[in-house]
Amino acid sequence: MTPVLSVEGLSKRFGGVTAVDDVSFSVNAGELLAMIGPNGAGKSTCFNLVGGQLKPDRGRVRLFDHDLVGLPPRRIWRLGVGRTFQITAVFQSMTVVENVQMALISGRRRIGALWPKASHLYVDEALELLSRVGMLDQADRACSVLAYGDLKRLELAVALANAPKLLLMDEPTAGMAPAERIELMRLTSSIVRERGISVLFTEHDMDVVFAHASRIIVLNRGRLVAAGVPAAVRADPSVQEIYLGSAGAPVPSGSPA
Amino acid sequence: MAFVVIQFLNGLASAADLFLVSAGLSIIFGVTRIVNFAHGSFYMLGAYLAFTLVEGVFGPAFGFWPGIVAAAIAVAVLGGLLEVTLLRRIYQAPELFQLLATFGVVLIVQDLVLLVWGPEDRIGPRAPGLEGAVSLLGHQFPRYDLFLIALGPIVLGALFLLFRRTRWGILVRAATQDREMAAALGVNERWLFTSVFVLGAFLAGLGGAVQLPREAVHHTMDLEIIVEAFVVVVIGGLGSVTGAFLASIILAELNAFGIVIFPEVTLVLVFLVMAVVLVIRPTGLLGRPEFAIRAASGVAEPPITPQSEAARNWVFAGVLGLAVLPVVADAYVLSVATEIMIFVLFAISLQFLMGISGMVSFGHAASFGLGAYGAALMIKHAGAPMELAFLAGIGLAALGALVIGWFCVRLSGVYLAMLTLAFAQIAWSVAFQWYGVTGGDNGILGVWPAAWAASPIVFFYLTLAVTTLALVILRRIIFAPFGFGLRACRDSVLRAEAIGIDRRQVQWFGFAVAGAFAGVAGTLYAFLKGSVFPDVLAVPVSVDGLVMVLLGGIQRLNGPIVGALVYKLLQIVLASYTDYWRLVIGVIIIGLVVAFPQGIVGFFGTRLDTLLMQRRNNS
Repeated sequence: MTPVLSVEGLSKRFGGVTAVDDVSFSVNAGELLAMIGPNGAGKSTCFNLVGGQLKPDRGRVRLFDHDLVGLPPRRIWRLGVGRTFQITAVFQSMTVVENVQMALISGRRRIGALWPKASHLYVDEALELLSRVGMLDQADRACSVLAYGDLKRLELAVALANAPKLLLMDEPTAGMAPAERIELMRLTSSIVRERGISVLFTEHDMDVVFAHASRIIVLNRGRLVAAGVPAAVRADPSVQEIYLGSAGAPVPSGSPA
Repeated sequence: MAFVVIQFLNGLASAADLFLVSAGLSIIFGVTRIVNFAHGSFYMLGAYLAFTLVEGVFGPAFGFWPGIVAAAIAVAVLGGLLEVTLLRRIYQAPELFQLLATFGVVLIVQDLVLLVWGPEDRIGPRAPGLEGAVSLLGHQFPRYDLFLIALGPIVLGALFLLFRRTRWGILVRAATQDREMAAALGVNERWLFTSVFVLGAFLAGLGGAVQLPREAVHHTMDLEIIVEAFVVVVIGGLGSVTGAFLASIILAELNAFGIVIFPEVTLVLVFLVMAVVLVIRPTGLLGRPEFAIRAASGVAEPPITPQSEAARNWVFAGVLGLAVLPVVADAYVLSVATEIMIFVLFAISLQFLMGISGMVSFGHAASFGLGAYGAALMIKHAGAPMELAFLAGIGLAALGALVIGWFCVRLSGVYLAMLTLAFAQIAWSVAFQWYGVTGGDNGILGVWPAAWAASPIVFFYLTLAVTTLALVILRRIIFAPFGFGLRACRDSVLRAEAIGIDRRQVQWFGFAVAGAFAGVAGTLYAFLKGSVFPDVLAVPVSVDGLVMVLLGGIQRLNGPIVGALVYKLLQIVLASYTDYWRLVIGVIIIGLVVAFPQGIVGFFGTRLDTLLMQRRNNS
């Protein structure tokens, strides 16, 4: 079966620093692939290369049969890639439901419409998406007053608006309280499973990673150093070394790394 | 060949004062993030003060050089006073309000100069010791110009030493790179800002003073130099002194050779170079990436909501009130009311661009003026009827906005704003210099409405109808998907692109829509006045629009209506009572900015919202 996303030999340099160095991996249908690694390992760069925010120096990125390299983010989105950001990016001057409506309007290519009232468009669909992420009761609130965890959930609803085949989630639970993190990832897992969406996510919280990832890839200094199912990665000595130093104990399952 | 060399030296000589002014502007911007419109006023004051000191106080024979230096120091003191008394109060205000306040200073200084020195040109004396000319390659070259050629590099070197070798200079560089970090490390910002302002003002004052033997001192020097200095700073890169040096030479040489080779289009040439530099290097030759202009309130904008019942009733009552105005008002009042409505439309179109689309324009006059010229040219050259000319005006304005917008959406923030100013100046210079078509500064006369609309009452109703219709359409667009798309791109480019929105395209068409509506206003204005002059494209029109929008509160949809009404009424009433209306308006603008940093409607609107909320909670 063709993977949903396949990345081959991806490389990106910034001046003298090779942020991403010959990285290859693939995301299979229905899979939650976690990308982990210490700060500066190249995770966010990798994400921005796949999402089109950055252009790779070398390598291929394919979504099913489509070559994504060189496409701007908006085209990649139209091919079925939803995106959430490490630091949430939403339309601050709009209400929660309007943010989702905006994505739906763009998906239907009606952004150029000059006459219909935007707030009357796709209301039911938008509310349904909000209800799925548990934000229905906040639909009419301004984004600027939302709690951070709610912004993350709103981003998830926005990312789902175009019926994506792949979600790119850069630290979906960053900046949230531990209880909230687990809650959000549980929600994400159940949504993507019911809709058959594949997910590529980065995460610093090892609890979240080991609880939800189907497979894990490990980056260090821009290079892919390990890949496999959670148990195998947990047992991999090179991963333990990266996180804990050579004399370290096994990766703990209790506290964030 | 000799001629080329001489012309090149001429260019270098005129680069000197441009560099002094731009360096000051750039340094002030780098540290305080204030685009100081009043910098041209410092320059002008430097020139006038030098004239007075050299001619009057010290006596011409021995007092020239002390006079020049004393004038520059006096301007530096004035700059320091301005910083302490005014700017210090508004550093926390949005950048646009700071800009507005410095423009208030421009207006005040313009009238003060007229009051003190009068409207006539002042000719300064020759510089003692540097009179006459030297023979260079068979040409006579003024001795004083040699001094000016040397002055630029000397000042550049002095600034270099100041910034590299002194503790103060290191603090300035630190603050230019990262103001918050510098403050966090214990740099005394207040003192630093004041001293930077003093230095900047000194340089501008010196720039004005050294011009004394070269050019007549006159009361429009301020806007002339500030536009050029903006261009220099944008080409060179904001915050870079070396960039300012390079760019002032480029600009001065373009002027020097342009006058010889293409005298008709020198200004166009200059601004085209600027446009090209900005498109290739959006941050200027030596600039650093992006100084975004913060949104009007500095915090997230509240969601815009359709008008409340009450607001709708007010607007309805306003239109109704205007509809019965001709019953009670005479022709003069009607023409004033017509003009105000036209500027309401102009301000609304600018707010659409700035508030909704997040693209701050210093040059919205381009669209207004192109509308006016489109109509006037159609009548003058094609003898078209009013209705057709009207359409031609809107068409030309929209076309112009498409061209200008194509460049502008490649930039953002301050750079975008300055590029709009540059394009407006291109349009102005074309209108001013292209005698054969536009009549130059003689303008185009005889742009009267069709016979059926010729009476002031009918034209008043026509304007009322067009303006109301335009407002309704713009309002509708704001709440339509396209308006939402514009706000989406303003709020977060990252998110907009990540949900499939083509940011450039949306903003480009947003620019064109704003331009077309400003063009409608311009066309009406041409028919109201019966004539069109290059003034309709000039900086003051753009600034009038900015003031109206900012006074009304940039995010309040009805704000520009109030802003335009208040500002235009003030202008008209004051102009009928006093010759020094700029002075009064300048003081009022500054007072308003200091008192109401959210704009009038923003101020009262916020209080009204709180009041309504309390009442709702109580019941």
